[in-house]
Amino acid sequence: MLVAVAVFPGTNCEIDTKYAFEKLGQEVVLVFHKEEKLPEGTDLVVLPGGFSYGDYLRSAAIAKFSPIMKAVIEFANNGGKVLGICNGFQMLVEARLLPGAMKRNENVHFISQFHHLKVINNDNTFLNKCSIGELLNIPIAHGEGSYYIDDAGLKELYANKQVLLTYCDEKGNLKNPNGSVDSIAGICNKEKNVFGLMPHPERAIEKILGSDDGVKMLEGFIN
Amino acid sequence: MKVIVNIQLKNGVLDPQGKAVHHALASLKFNEVNEVRIGKQIILDIDESDKAKAQERVTIMCDELLANTVIEDYTIEFPAC
Repeated sequence: MLVAVAVFPGTNCEIDTKYAFEKLGQEVVLVFHKEEKLPEGTDLVVLPGGFSYGDYLRSAAIAKFSPIMKAVIEFANNGGKVLGICNGFQMLVEARLLPGAMKRNENVHFISQFHHLKVINNDNTFLNKCSIGELLNIPIAHGEGSYYIDDAGLKELYANKQVLLTYCDEKGNLKNPNGSVDSIAGICNKEKNVFGLMPHPERAIEKILGSDDGVKMLEGFIN
Repeated sequence: MKVIVNIQLKNGVLDPQGKAVHHALASLKFNEVNEVRIGKQIILDIDESDKAKAQERVTIMCDELLANTVIEDYTIEFPAC
């Protein structure tokens, strides 16, 4: 599988993301934001975490107009698989490839810690190796991660099984770190080829570093 | 021509920054404050002398980039100068 990881000025998780997919035996290419095309044969595009364009104006507001994003949007609209992690998730909502919007964390602080997540839906590429209700321990690191969507949009998310992950405690009880609507940590689009989440699965691929729960998430993309 | 764009979270969308500042004001005994909403102001200087045309262009700027209309409202002002 060929994974294209997009790199914007201010992106800082591209090497971790590359490392994670290479550890899973995949070929990874870093693609600079000025490129207008994705590499030939790209199977998965990852928009990694970081602070693209310094988070000026709003997180990811400027990244969505990068040359490479035009190619990514076209790729997604043609059914190509796209995963947005943290700042990448923010890009996907800013580019309207995913519904909703991202707000400042409710407590107005940057939060960086391990956090448990609950798998809500698994009938999609991303989480097909996880079971419904399964708990995953994955780091979060964000200041603007409070997911917002209006009531009508939320109903649609549930009706189409687009809610992927919610924040919880180690027993699976509701624990909302940032004020996200319904504690939502990750969603996908209706067509189930565009995925976004605030937590960082690429930072949880080795037990010695706290957790390897991210492996079975990223493995979902690998046949 | 100077154009001022004011952007704020829509009514009904919780403003965590405003809430934090409200708490801080209350702790300073400014108890008369009922609510605080924080927005941002963007001041543009544009090459256009026709107000209507400027309004039209800046509206597109707001919809495309300056505001996220999923959560934010904006107003466009033309300061007297």
